[in-house]
Amino acid sequence: MRSPGWTDRRVDAIIGTLLRVGVIISAAVVLSGGGLYLVQHGSTVPDYRVFHGEPAYLRGVSGIAKEARSLDGRGLIQLGLLLLLATPIARVAFSVVAFVFQRDRTYVVVTLIVLAVLLYSLGSGGH
Amino acid sequence: MSLVGFTLLVGAGSLGAGFLGSLTGLGGGAVLVPLLALGFGVDMRYAIGASLISVIATSSGAAAAYVKEGYTNLRVGMFLEIATTCGALGGAFLAARVPSSWIAVLFGIVLIHSAYLSSRTPTPDAGDGTSDPWAKRLRLDGSYPSTSGRRSYHARGVPAGFGLMAVAGALSGLLGIGSGAIKVLAMDRVMRLPFKVSTTTSNFMIGVTAAASAGVYLNRGFLDPGLAMPVMLGVLLGSMAGARVLARARTRLLRIVFSLVILLLGLEMIYSGLTGRL
Repeated sequence: MRSPGWTDRRVDAIIGTLLRVGVIISAAVVLSGGGLYLVQHGSTVPDYRVFHGEPAYLRGVSGIAKEARSLDGRGLIQLGLLLLLATPIARVAFSVVAFVFQRDRTYVVVTLIVLAVLLYSLGSGGH
Repeated sequence: MSLVGFTLLVGAGSLGAGFLGSLTGLGGGAVLVPLLALGFGVDMRYAIGASLISVIATSSGAAAAYVKEGYTNLRVGMFLEIATTCGALGGAFLAARVPSSWIAVLFGIVLIHSAYLSSRTPTPDAGDGTSDPWAKRLRLDGSYPSTSGRRSYHARGVPAGFGLMAVAGALSGLLGIGSGAIKVLAMDRVMRLPFKVSTTTSNFMIGVTAAASAGVYLNRGFLDPGLAMPVMLGVLLGSMAGARVLARARTRLLRIVFSLVILLLGLEMIYSGLTGRL
């Protein structure tokens, strides 16, 4: 509010666009990965009755990126899911910047706490 | 069942769940997990993981529209997200340690509770009043567009609202739902924010809350790409269609029917959990 370029309304508008673009990109990646997955694994019979857990390479950022690069359908879907997960995180990260420009120190701290929880969850949450 | 057939069926079911969820405002997650677990025999952990993904997608998609309308209170959302993300992280850790049957029973109880909540009418806007000292310090008071220009409002009951939000986050992480009903309850009833501000801010918070637990689910291998793909795309398409139809549909009867469906699904989940089928 104090800096004319960073009004609450303008921040709202940028966040709205950011969320929409994030969802569209991740849905497109999931869709193309889904197409590849059905072509590559079409003859298998799915069974989700018993829980096995995903293989290690589909659980972390580096493994997923590697699988997606080799155009593995499952890896590409997982990359799309990662991009989807990254969308709210990017929204929070952008809010940190916006609050810095608004010189709203309280909310810089508030937003950094939320960002830290999100990154902790994505980075080492399972271990 | 072949992979293509399974994918199409799950996608169609998710489309229906997303459509009804957005049309009635009750969210798709509530019917999605019972649909996958009871209908398709999917293990609860996979079902919850896939549901969380769809929750992030629909929340982010819908929030994009609401934020621009100017109802969402970003400061209230951001402050309360400390509570929901910490709760969600705790819920996600619990999900790996608690037996599936317990989660099914808890899920049933939450479904019955949200069916009960949706049968009540929203409280009229509280309007002016004194605000909480916390609300002043955290600048939670705001204004929203109305027919007679922007109307200002105050936030009250901040500590109680914050506590209830932590519970909402924990349930979201444990059950893979958005728990929008409890978030709205915390803002609308406890903090006395205007109803429209509560619902849009809740929607805005749901994506961040779900992302906090989805990271843990991913690391633990609960997110299966083959299942999450049709669920995410189906729910996303369904909820976008629902939002289009919403403007001209008469949703009162639909809400009642959907509440009854949720009630029955809740009873079925409790029964299945108690008899060890899930």
